[in-house]
Amino acid sequence: MTRSTLVMLALAAGMFALAPWMINAAPNEATMGLVYKIYFFHMPSAWMFMVAAIASGIASARFLFLKRPSADGWALAAGELAVLFGAFTLVTGPLWARKAWGVWWVWDARLTSSLMLFMIFVAYLLLRKYGGPGSDKLGAGMALFGMANVPFIYVSVNYWRTFHPLTSVVPTLPVEMGIPLWYCVTAFTLLFIVLLRMRARLEHQRARVEALYLLEDES
Amino acid sequence: MMRAFFRVAWIVVKKDLTIEVRSLEILSTTIFFAVTVVLMFSFGLVVDGRPLNDVAAAILWVAIAFSGTLALGRTFERERHNDTLRALLLAPADRPALYVGKLAGILLLLALVELVLVPLVGLLFAAPIFVHGFHLVALLAGGTIGFTAVGTLFAAMLVRARSRDVLLPIMLYPMTVPVMIAGVRGTAALFQPTPDLAVAQFWIGLLGFFDVVFVTLALWTFDPVMTD
Amino acid sequence: MHSDFETLAVIDVARHYGRRKALSHVNFTCAAGDIIGLLGPNGAGKSTLLNILATLLAASRGRVEYGGRTAEQAGADIRGRIGMLGHDLFLYPELTARENLVFFAQLYGLSGAHARVQAALDRAGLGDRADDFMSGFSRGMRQRVALERALLHAPRLLLLDEPFTGLDQASTKALVDRLRECQQAGCIVVLATHDLDIVDGVLSRAVFLQNGRQVGEPGPGTALRERYRQAMTT
Repeated sequence: MTRSTLVMLALAAGMFALAPWMINAAPNEATMGLVYKIYFFHMPSAWMFMVAAIASGIASARFLFLKRPSADGWALAAGELAVLFGAFTLVTGPLWARKAWGVWWVWDARLTSSLMLFMIFVAYLLLRKYGGPGSDKLGAGMALFGMANVPFIYVSVNYWRTFHPLTSVVPTLPVEMGIPLWYCVTAFTLLFIVLLRMRARLEHQRARVEALYLLEDES
Repeated sequence: MMRAFFRVAWIVVKKDLTIEVRSLEILSTTIFFAVTVVLMFSFGLVVDGRPLNDVAAAILWVAIAFSGTLALGRTFERERHNDTLRALLLAPADRPALYVGKLAGILLLLALVELVLVPLVGLLFAAPIFVHGFHLVALLAGGTIGFTAVGTLFAAMLVRARSRDVLLPIMLYPMTVPVMIAGVRGTAALFQPTPDLAVAQFWIGLLGFFDVVFVTLALWTFDPVMTD
Repeated sequence: MHSDFETLAVIDVARHYGRRKALSHVNFTCAAGDIIGLLGPNGAGKSTLLNILATLLAASRGRVEYGGRTAEQAGADIRGRIGMLGHDLFLYPELTARENLVFFAQLYGLSGAHARVQAALDRAGLGDRADDFMSGFSRGMRQRVALERALLHAPRLLLLDEPFTGLDQASTKALVDRLRECQQAGCIVVLATHDLDIVDGVLSRAVFLQNGRQVGEPGPGTALRERYRQAMTT
């Protein structure tokens, strides 16, 4: 682990340890009460989910078109994080929905599009795992298509169904709510970067071990 | 340059059609499969002899997606059988032209399937398929092109992969969700008692966008993903 | 022709699948008129090497030079100078022999496709069965059509993967004669096989492969079978 990763990891751990106090300090929302506070983890993880999906798509394009072998490690790491943060988003979303709308699942636009994007990256990981030799290239094609698909999923699902609180809620939040929210976004971003770097590093080291193993055998 | 591209694509289409016309294997099995899909879903979605709202549109598009997957798998199984896909890649021809050729062949096949499927759905669910025929054709064309453009690339990629039979639908269905939503909602808008043309046009536009973006992407990625 | 070449150089070529080495440190060069045999047991890396020579597979290390240029430098046209007969024959069973050949002739953009195809069919001794479906042909006939398919565009480099498998004596002899013709015409022929007795005396050089490595000496001398035995036991 590099020193900068270690520092970020420590920082993220500290921020997450303090997060409950930060969130607790925020006032309860008028209609939702306590459950509203899921939002402080839900929204940042949804953002990281999106960032991970885009990062995986960009890394895949670099791997495919510029033939950078290391880009594959980044694409895989980001793809796994998309599934991780996607799962987190999809668990916290229904918790909110249960309270807000009285049901666990609603075919709300953003919940549905998140589920669809999540499915694409689960399929990506399945392909990487079971595709056999050459699945790195196939996976890259898939992740690239997945990234290009984001706006289409969003527009189509949005036009089909809309219940979700509008995005414009964020800037108009009162300061007491805004500060803990941005605090959580920062913590999640740090966590995302740390995990991405560690996972990509693992993948790059695996590639190096493979190369060394091959060299060792020659002599 | 452009002429050579379409010449190669045309040669591939002609070859695929010659084979299919002789055996009719993919066409006949795919049509029959599509019909069974329509019936299977009808059992679930027709209550007391009366279909639920928008069922006709939904069943139509599910049948297209399922039979499309079948046609894609079978078409590339043919190229795998004697390793002929490798022979195609070995030719000095433009590789994206091979993609376009395969795409056009499968599109033609699915157009024929839809020629049976759409009247069948119209008949069984009393759907007004001729009232706004032009819009319906535009939806079907846009949706089928989008679905097949992604599907042809994925099926071609998977020819070399293990467990390709299960991986194709796993990859293809989540990726083509926008096509399904657009197709179903657009068609449902046309099949309503009072058709909503504005809604149908919105979905036709979205499908057009989807097609342009994903055909372009597929043409870019076909060559790099096909070389190992 | 711009993309043509007279020599083929395989320089330190390796191909890995993860930790598995399909090939490592393969080196040889050859020139127009050479027939090179890739000899070795199953899984020795013969097919992998042929696929690399055909530009269908990239080498993990090292390079292949076609007349001093790699396939990447030479561009897609280089594929027009390579002919390959794979283990799976590359033919559509639902088409006739003629249709198969015409399809590939057109795909390669050859002029006078129909005349060429007729000549190829005659050479394969199938002039009278040209319009029968491939699926009705015997293994030997299919093999002859497949070879003519690979030679339609008069390639400089001809790659053959186990071309003698399942052939009777007459077909084998016809194939050997055809390879000699190609040799005369200035083809570089690379063939993977384990039918040592057939190719003994045909090859200009033998490359012995075992577990992806080149073994033994390519020198002349004793019978091929003896050299093969020595190479494999070292």
